[in-house]
Amino acid sequence: MPFKRFVEIGRVAQINYGKEHGRLVVIVDVIDQNRALVDAPDMVRSQVNFKRLSLTDLKVDIKRVPRKKELIKAMEEADVKNKWEKSSWGRKLIVQKRRASLNDFDRFKIMLAKIKRAATVRQELAKLKKSAS
Amino acid sequence: MAPKQRTARKVSQNPELIRGIGKYSRSKMYHKRGLWAIKAKKGGVLPRHDPKPKPQAPSQKPAKFYLADDVKKPFVNKHKPKPTKLRASITPRTVLILLAGRFKGKRVVFLKQLPSGLLLVTGPFKINGVPLRRVNQSYVIGTSTKVDVSGVNVDKFDDKYFAKEAKKKKKKEEGEFFESEKEEKKVLPQEKKDNQKMVDSALLKAIESVPDLKAYIGARFSLKQGMKPHELVF
Repeated sequence: MPFKRFVEIGRVAQINYGKEHGRLVVIVDVIDQNRALVDAPDMVRSQVNFKRLSLTDLKVDIKRVPRKKELIKAMEEADVKNKWEKSSWGRKLIVQKRRASLNDFDRFKIMLAKIKRAATVRQELAKLKKSAS
Repeated sequence: MAPKQRTARKVSQNPELIRGIGKYSRSKMYHKRGLWAIKAKKGGVLPRHDPKPKPQAPSQKPAKFYLADDVKKPFVNKHKPKPTKLRASITPRTVLILLAGRFKGKRVVFLKQLPSGLLLVTGPFKINGVPLRRVNQSYVIGTSTKVDVSGVNVDKFDDKYFAKEAKKKKKKEEGEFFESEKEEKKVLPQEKKDNQKMVDSALLKAIESVPDLKAYIGARFSLKQGMKPHELVF
């Protein structure tokens, strides 16, 4: 199975360890075998070990070590934010965040909704079984 | 002209730089307080009032016995106790989860903090069977759900309202040791039932206006599989 996500200049990655956990960054340069120079619109450009990065499918068209303004422009042209939020990975993250921020009352309402949905599904299934038999 | 009524100054005019050292020197303070003006008014001397005649103290006889060691006098304690500081998540009209006691797991509405520091709480009784009750804030989780209760008057509830009634002492005679003690049934006075109804009627209206809130308060809280209390947002 060939690799599809490569470490290259412009690859969008997510930091998966440390203080910046969860942040989306763009690989802007490769320092050596282990580290990359990484940048994001709201972050100071810094070095990050590859082991702390999870590569995504998204890529931005930039030259090696662009200025901040050029980086932001390129990211908007590639529409990173919207594509990320529409991708299944991005959607999962949004759902995880929403679930973690649920109130006790919210959890109760969700429980009621799940019971209701399961009840209607079972009713339909019973109807189908009856009509099939 | 009658002298102006001067109220005593609440804050000293000499701000403290470090403990024991003020910003202004003695001479500066003399000038600030206007003692020179008072002296000028009163002709060069500060006004002096004769000491009030002291009432004659009864003559004390010399003590017959003096202790060999000094007896230490305890310090004066003017500390007045305050009701406990409530956690930030516990504000009036919050829904709380009781963690211990007969009603553990019940979700309950917080009304006010009593002067003893305990929280006054009610079910409401019709919804989950919790009456007007006192609860310690340590045995409670404060959720972020709030009930609107502007119509409830809880001013008359105090710690004395919840005090136990003094038990009548029963004299035990020999014969009664062998008979089973008949315990007098504790009947709730009608006044307490009326108070409960009065408080709950206003609460019920507010609770029923929010969908699902009534069922929420009627249900008990429990930890299910996969729920980590330190990660839960209440």
